[in-house]
This record gives sequence, C-alpha cells and structure tokens, in this order.
Amino acid sequence: MSRKGLLIDYDQCSGCFSCVVACKQEHKYPEGKWGIKVEEKVFVDPRRPNNSLRIDYVPFPTEFCDLCTARAKRGERPACVKHCQAWCMYSGTLSELTTLMEKMPRAVLYSR
Amino acid sequence: MDQKVSGDQKVSGVTVHKMGAWSPGPGCHGGCGVEVHVKDGKVVKVEGMDDHPWYQGRACPRVLAMTQYMYHPDRLKWPQKRVGKRGEDKWERISWDEAFDICEKRMKEIAQKYGPESIIFTQGTGRDVGGMISFLAYAYGSPNWTMLGLSGHSCFTPQLASGYVMQGDFTFPDAAQFLPDRYDDPEWKAPEIAISWGSTLNRGCVDHYWSGHWFQDLMKRGTKLIVIDPRCTWEATRAALWLQPRPGTDGALALAFLNVVTTEGLVDKAFIDKWCSGYDKLAERVKEFTPEWAEKISWVPKEKIIQCARLYAKAKPAAIEIGRPVEGNPEGNQVIMNIHRLIAITGNLDIPGGNVICRSAYGVTTYPYSTEEVIQLYGEPLYRKLSEKRIGADKYPLVKNFRAWAQEDVAIEQMETGKPYPIKGLWIQANNFLANQAQDTRRHYEASKNMDFVCVVDTFMTPTAQLLADIVLPAASFPEKDSIYCIGGPLNVIHKVVQVEECKSDWEINFTLAKRLNPAAVPWGSVREMLTERMKPSGYTFEQMVDKVWDLAPKGNTCGSRPYRRYEKGELRKDGKKGFRTPTGKVELFCTSYEDWNLDPLPYYKEITPQGPITTPELFKQYPLIMMTGRRSPVLFHSEHRQIPWLRECDPDPLVELNPETAKEQGITSGDWVWIEGTMGRFKRKAKVTPIIHRQMIMVPHAWWLPETEGKSPNSYGIWDLNCNQTIPMGHQDSAGFGGGPISGMLCKVYKA
Repeated sequence: MSRKGLLIDYDQCSGCFSCVVACKQEHKYPEGKWGIKVEEKVFVDPRRPNNSLRIDYVPFPTEFCDLCTARAKRGERPACVKHCQAWCMYSGTLSELTTLMEKMPRAVLYSR
Repeated sequence: MDQKVSGDQKVSGVTVHKMGAWSPGPGCHGGCGVEVHVKDGKVVKVEGMDDHPWYQGRACPRVLAMTQYMYHPDRLKWPQKRVGKRGEDKWERISWDEAFDICEKRMKEIAQKYGPESIIFTQGTGRDVGGMISFLAYAYGSPNWTMLGLSGHSCFTPQLASGYVMQGDFTFPDAAQFLPDRYDDPEWKAPEIAISWGSTLNRGCVDHYWSGHWFQDLMKRGTKLIVIDPRCTWEATRAALWLQPRPGTDGALALAFLNVVTTEGLVDKAFIDKWCSGYDKLAERVKEFTPEWAEKISWVPKEKIIQCARLYAKAKPAAIEIGRPVEGNPEGNQVIMNIHRLIAITGNLDIPGGNVICRSAYGVTTYPYSTEEVIQLYGEPLYRKLSEKRIGADKYPLVKNFRAWAQEDVAIEQMETGKPYPIKGLWIQANNFLANQAQDTRRHYEASKNMDFVCVVDTFMTPTAQLLADIVLPAASFPEKDSIYCIGGPLNVIHKVVQVEECKSDWEINFTLAKRLNPAAVPWGSVREMLTERMKPSGYTFEQMVDKVWDLAPKGNTCGSRPYRRYEKGELRKDGKKGFRTPTGKVELFCTSYEDWNLDPLPYYKEITPQGPITTPELFKQYPLIMMTGRRSPVLFHSEHRQIPWLRECDPDPLVELNPETAKEQGITSGDWVWIEGTMGRFKRKAKVTPIIHRQMIMVPHAWWLPETEGKSPNSYGIWDLNCNQTIPMGHQDSAGFGGGPISGMLCKVYKA
C-alpha cells in the first residue's frame, strides 16, 4: 500500500484552530497533548508592496498525529482535513499530494 | 450538490443525528449543519455535515468541543436559589416546580405593583435566545427587551435599522448563501472586489448571514479583497489593498468614498434613475467630503482612499461586509446608511456577487429582525401598545418605530433614577453582561444589585449570575433541545437527542413560564406545536423538518428570501408592488423616514468622540494611546468558553496587543502583566507585543473572566481586574438611538503592573 500523508497549504491557513480541536476530539487527547498545533508568525518586510506586514498561521502535526488511521479504515478523511475552515489541508497518497503541491506557492507535506 | 433528505443514521451502536448547530454550545450566530454522534444516551462526537450548504462539512472549534461543553463538571445542572447575600456564592438546589413558582410569584408581584414594563429582559448575542426572550417579554407584557449596557445597541441592530430606513432590508455580501448549490449555482457570480470593513475572517463569530471564511472561498474564486481595519489581520496581509483608519473615523471614509464615486461619475445611472430617490441631493451634500478632508481625520492617505473607492466602484459586481466596529462609530447608524448608499448607487444591491438582501428562508422567524416580523409574531395592537412605553421610545424615533429593542443608554439612567417608571426586576438569559457587553460596568452593577427580582438562565455560573441572581436556571445546549434556526440562509432544525442532568431548553423554560404568566399568549400545547405554527410559511411541520434537516427557498419561490433583483419582481413589499420596502418604494438616498423624525436625511460628519486626538488633544498628550476593544477570538465566543479546556488552551490569556515601540518605551515584553489606564480607571492584562498594532493604538480583547478563580465577591471570577468595559462610558449613542458608543475610541496609557 502506498504511503499516506497530509499536505498543508501554508499560504491559506487563516488560524481558525478547527484542526487542533478536531484532532483532540477524534483522539480524545487531553489538555496539553496535541496531534496538530497552530502557531502565529508575524514578519515585517518593508519590501512588500501595500503592506509590509505578513501574518502566517503555521499548522504542524506532532508525533501524536497518526493520520487518523481509524477514520481512514471507515473511509473518512482525517478530522483536521474534513473540518479545516480554510480548506487548506489535504490527505491522500504521497504521489497524489506531491502533484497537488506543485501548484502551491508554499506548502508542507507530512508523512509517517 | 443535491438537496438531500437526510434523517438519522445508526452505525455500530452510534446514532448520527443531522441538525443545525446553534446555541447554547458553540455560541455564535449559527447557520451550519452538524452530525451529532450519540451512544448510550450521550453525545460522543460532533462533526461537520457534508451535505449542508452553509459550511459543507467544515466546522468551527467550538462545535467540535461540544462534548467538553455539554459534560463539563461545572455546568449548571439543576435550578438553584440564592440563600446568601448577592455575591456570597451560596446556593441551594431546588426543583423546577419550585423555581417556576418563585419566578411566577415574583414577576406577578412586580407586574401588579409597578407594571410589567418594570422588568427588563436582557439577552446576549448569538444564542437563539432572542426568539425565546422576546416571546416571554411579550407574554408578560414588558416592552423592555434589550442587551443591557451595550451603548447604542451597537451590535448588528444599527445594520438592521440603517438598512431598514434606506431600502427596507439589510444586506450581506453574496457568497451564494441563499442558493442550495452554493458556488456551483449558475446564477451566482463571485464579486470582483469584496471589502471586509472592520471584521476578522477567522473570528469565532459567524454573523447571521455571513461566515468569515467565505471570504477565502471567494478569493479562491477570483475575488480581490480590500480590508479596512485599524489592526492588521491575516486577511489584510492577503488583500489587494489595506486601509488602516484611526478608530472611530469610518464615517469620514464612507463619505469620501461617496465623494469620489459621485464626482467621478462611477455610478450605475440606470439603477439610480429607476430605483433610487434623492441622488442629486446626495451628490450635492457629499461634495465637501473630499479625500483630502478624510485623510486628516482618518489618517488614511488620500491616494488610498481614492484607490479604494475606484477599485470598488469600477468592479461589477462588488460587495461590502460591514463589521460590528463600524456601527460603534460616532453616529454609527448614519455611517452604515452611507455604506448602504454606496452599495446602491454603484448598482450592487441584490445582484449576483453584490450585496444581497437578507431574509430568513420562507420568511420563517422566531427572532424578529424587522418591525414587520415583530408584528407577524405578536400582532400590531400589542406591538404598538408596548412601543409606547419602551425605554427610549419617547426620545428616539427608531427605538419607537423600528423592531422592538429598549435603548440601553437610556435604560441605565432609568434604572438609576426610576423615571419615568422604576425598574424592579431583570430577566437575564444567555447574558453575562457584567463580564461582557455592559460598558461602565460598575455603574451597571450598582444599578442592578438592589433589584427586587433577578433570574439568570445560562449554562455555566457566571460573574453576572453570582453578583445578581436570586434564581439560576440551567439551560440545555443545542443537542438537548428542540428549536429551529431561522435567522440566516437556511432554515435548520435543531432537535433533542440527549438529556443532560435536569437542564431544560430556553424555549421550554420561557414557554412554561409564559403559560403561567399569561395563558392566553401561549395557546399551544407544546414547544413543538408552537414551532410548527411558526414554520407554517415553509410548509413543514417540526417533525417533517427533523427528517428534512435544512431547506432554502427554491428557484422561482416568491416568498422574498430567494435572490436576486427582488425589487423588479415585487417580492419585497407586503403590497406586492415592485420596489423596496420603504415609504417611497425606492432606495431612499434622501431618507424620508429620517426627515419625518427630524433627523438629517442626508449624510453628515460629526467628530464627537468623547476623547481623541481631535476632540481632546490635551488629554491625548497624557493618554497617548487609542484603546480598541473587542477583536474576536477564533475559539472563544464573547464571554463564553473560558472553562472549556480544548478551547482555552488555544487562547489562554486575557491579552492586550501593543506595538513594539510602545512596549519598548515602557520596558514591557510579551507575557508581562500591565495596567491599562484611562480617565475612568484601570484594568490589568497580559502583554502581547506585536507589530500588527498601530504605534498609537492598543487592542484589548473583551469579555474576559476567569472561571477557575473564586466566584465569590469581591473576586467575582476576576472581572474587576480584567474587564476593559470599566473604562468605557455610556451615553455616546447615535442621535437616532442605535449606533455609536466609544467601544474603540477611549484614550489610555499602558505601564507595567
């Protein structure tokens, strides 16, 4: 079976935290334990036109992300991918995801 | 996507119930569809519903945390009565019968002695409680339904009121939210330009007919975004243009946009000629409001003002979303009227991809948004009778003639003076006003603490309940209740699938009590029977809707809730005539209602902030920062969710956001506790140093309290330390009564605690 992964379009994450809580609900992770976490990053770059500021929200899976194996068995998408309000997360085989990734300005691929 | 008939499904011991999600629970203004997973009589999971048009499977963090909310150990589980003094945190469990007996007795006593108008019914936002609380107030006979302490009722009501006087309806950007197939509907177009004016995309606060993330959906479909916000947001960093005005000056920007659009002729002449009145007078009036003039007031360079006006007016279609802070501008109602004027004269009203007129699906309502809806629910004689005594109705024509809200700035005065009649009781439902919306918080506490009777209905113990309540009633969350969602695009069913402890739904509580107080006002045998009657225009019974789950008026339906260009088809007016629901049938650029009420029927500008660089320059030297409050959190809804672990850990601290230069000057680093001091007092926050804040401003997220600390007075869960509203006065409302209130306009200084 081909290896599965999670693709995150970093340009589109708007910091809604749905992935974080969806993951916790799915895995019943207590406070302090995350399968995925979101960080806010703010940069100042005077060379940017219109607005020198850039805000990025960066979701990153942790060691407790199991790509929702149990959901996959039921034919469901990972909880984070399904509930992402920005629709910036994708799941699939690595080859499917790398194809998608070709068109994205900035994206991160996670696998395990 | 097919409009599926979708009932409940059972798989391996788990029954999945499809329904609309609304409050209590996620907070917010609802709209989405969810799947509630139930096993052995308990909700074990809540997921987004793929075949629901609002969110198409997505879900917010608050609804995903429902299991923690519903089964939280601190949840209110049964009725309680206070056995100590107010604020002592001494409560005794009582039965529902006893609770209803006490409420009935005390409320009847007040009605006999002072009249039913002497009880104020105050609600929070979002929660579906608006329908239930107005139902109870009307049955009891009180005209005083309100949101206590929210100066000028500056949360959505000015949008409704200003839309009502301009064109008979309010609007939102068109994200195909009225079409079952959403973005796939061939009639729909993406706006070329969308303006997000004073709102945050990822806010935990879906706005009735709008969800912030739809901006992202639109941008993926080619829409270019313009952001107007004093604070840099994620979407401002992705926008084609960002305007950063001084808080409280949106009115100047709106006028300058009108100036550019009219002087450069960037208007839709055909639409104006046929459907608008007063264009020439409008164009004449706005001549003086040049971009140069607006630059001095708003701090936005005139080039950007011109660029924004041109980008918007030359695009077709184009749409504007109006955020809550715009209503909080001085003369806020008038500011929004000017934005409506802009939408109309550029021909973007009720067209695909423009600003669509918003009416609930099939006209079904429990929570009235217009005068017509109040009358539809309670009849004209009762509405007229109650309007006479409504607080503020003698002073403000809009309070008397539009919808049915009591005016908050007048209400607090009346609570203090007892004139023209005394206020003796408070019915507080889904409302934590001492932690949340009440400005001049101490004043509201002092005026409320000696009431003859106070009942609080909520899901958790709150500072407001601790400090004021005689009786506290436990409300059911949405999977524990029967209700309908009818204040947004789809008509959604909400139905009871579990019972938690002794909690009852807000509908059950108010229905039962209303029946005791005034049986004639409650002719139905059950809440479901009443909801079925309310749903009549849709053609469904409540039970049928449980199977159907959601619905939107189909193509060709003429009930008025299906876009587009309804003014051409005679779908907006009760008399069936073409045009808009205004006295003249036109979009009244020259507003005849305002003229009748001796208000200025044309746009104007007044710099009347109580404090600020222009009105009080000396004070600005002493208090050099403009305090903005109320930016939304993605995970917390107003004063809710501080006790939900999965949510709180995403947004753990009561913050103040300040610019690195401001911080450096005071030796402040992120994580330091700081005082924020204004002329009315000070409060404490944890610093977050960030360049997204302007050098001369700070942002204070509102509604913080700490449920993990002592509830007993004087701590009262920390509100007197943390609540920013203590430094914001009442009494600066719009001259129409709705709008205004310096929620983002007071001056302050910041220093280390």
